[in-house]
Amino acid sequence: MSSIDVRRVREDFPILARSVHGRPLVYLDNAATTQKPRSVIDALVHYYENYNANIHRGLHTLSEEATARYEEVRLKTARFIGAPASQSIVFTRNTTEAINLVAHAWGRKYLRPGDEVLLTIMEHHSNLIPWQLLARNTGAKLRFVDIDDEGRLLWDDFERLLGPRTRLVSVTHMSNVLGTINPVKDIAELAHSRGALVLVDGAQSVPHLPVDAGALDCDFLAFSAHKMLGPTGVGVLYARPGLLEEMDPFLGGGEMISRVLLEESTWNDVPWKYEAGTPNIADVIAFGAAIEYLEGLGMDAVRAHEKEITAYALRALAKVPQVVVYGPRDVDARGGVVAFNLGDLHPHDLGTVLDRYGVAVRAGHHCAQPLMRRLGCVATARASFYVYNRLDEVDALVEGVAEADRFFGHVTTRA
Amino acid sequence: MSLPEPELDELYRELILDHYRNPRNHTPLESPAVVTEGYNPLCGDEVELQLSFEGDVISGVSFTGRGCSISQASGSMLTEAVKGKTAAQARALIALFMRMMTDAEFVPEEDVGDLEALQGVAKYPVRVKCATLAWHALQDGLDRRDGAA
Repeated sequence: MSSIDVRRVREDFPILARSVHGRPLVYLDNAATTQKPRSVIDALVHYYENYNANIHRGLHTLSEEATARYEEVRLKTARFIGAPASQSIVFTRNTTEAINLVAHAWGRKYLRPGDEVLLTIMEHHSNLIPWQLLARNTGAKLRFVDIDDEGRLLWDDFERLLGPRTRLVSVTHMSNVLGTINPVKDIAELAHSRGALVLVDGAQSVPHLPVDAGALDCDFLAFSAHKMLGPTGVGVLYARPGLLEEMDPFLGGGEMISRVLLEESTWNDVPWKYEAGTPNIADVIAFGAAIEYLEGLGMDAVRAHEKEITAYALRALAKVPQVVVYGPRDVDARGGVVAFNLGDLHPHDLGTVLDRYGVAVRAGHHCAQPLMRRLGCVATARASFYVYNRLDEVDALVEGVAEADRFFGHVTTRA
Repeated sequence: MSLPEPELDELYRELILDHYRNPRNHTPLESPAVVTEGYNPLCGDEVELQLSFEGDVISGVSFTGRGCSISQASGSMLTEAVKGKTAAQARALIALFMRMMTDAEFVPEEDVGDLEALQGVAKYPVRVKCATLAWHALQDGLDRRDGAA
């Protein structure tokens, strides 16, 4: 039994009423981006229709209202992830920008030639390329923890690679391909005991699991609003209190300064020191509505719902001959992301067939090319679930996969 | 419940699946004059074309690669379409094929053989790059040959 009333939830999402190629939309691409509830869409419209103004600058009423609402969402975000203070929250464009911020503002200041950044083989490109650029810039080296055959991190490998020169461990909380949930609390504990900081890429975890940055004891946590019912264009960087104060600024411009002279300037207080220029005011405010929506459901209920649907999907896909599913079998060790392949059929062919059945999945390398190589494939199909998905949508997926098998196989035998 | 049957045949014509499963000219040449590659990082599709010439005529052509049915079938069809053509004729064919892929309404006046089966791809914008991969590689190969000559 799911603890989410999916039928009622679905009514809150206008887009779920549409059809695709004459069939009901079955949206299973939630790891890429989620759909938006009416309350989020309304918050955007309400802002533009009632108090659109730039923030932190105007003395007029609209600006004061907009500033207050924007800063309210910072507080809401801090509470949602168990951050001790709203000053620990920096708004960025997305997870990618949040990680780049750390690579620039912390990495360029502190890393020396020969220092090491420890990553894993399962990282999304957004938690790989910023470190490659940083390594090139500072002479630091990258190290990678490997996985086992079910896509779980090799703890021994992690312990071995966590050396005296490791300055930072940057690891995904939940893989966007394998669904693997990594033991970030244990990782942080061991990393800290050996003097390294820990960045957690929470792009796939914060939307789907109860995440408490304080309890995880991580130093940085990055995630995106659009993967958790919010609008595109808003990311979040949480940093342990003290870190933002000592790091250098990322982007320069208005808002992030205190006193500006022609040759030099002083910086604004945190977190505004990291928010140069006019931020994405409307979308941050609407993100507040997304957080409220998730809090209304309860993150424990969200997790329970996705576990149920993931277990169902794993069972159903396993029954289709030729289907290979990647990642842990145990639903306690994984989230609602299921990557799979159908024989040697290219996932783009599979994705096109599924689309004709109204089923939206991702097909490709999922911005994780090193992981694809590790798994021995160039690409996979991927179904990913969220609060509005039903078990019968998994049936539609499986029916589409079976149809693709028949379609391509049938033609093969005739050829 | 009666749902409309998806019209998959519009994209995946029998001829495409035949070329995909039984690619033509799939054996590398012994001494190619030009070797050229196409790679689509988005989906990992790869093709490698090999060309040999007698004077200005493409006397030998082969393709290998891996990827989706559209990219591989298009590569296979390309080899049949350009073999025996002059470099200039091949360039004209590239231009014609690109137009077929970008304009769903366009119907070529001349007989394009098996390539006609790929016409439906134009209606699937995300798959156009699959179909044109080998053709971009051919363009690149001809450019390099002309540059070297």
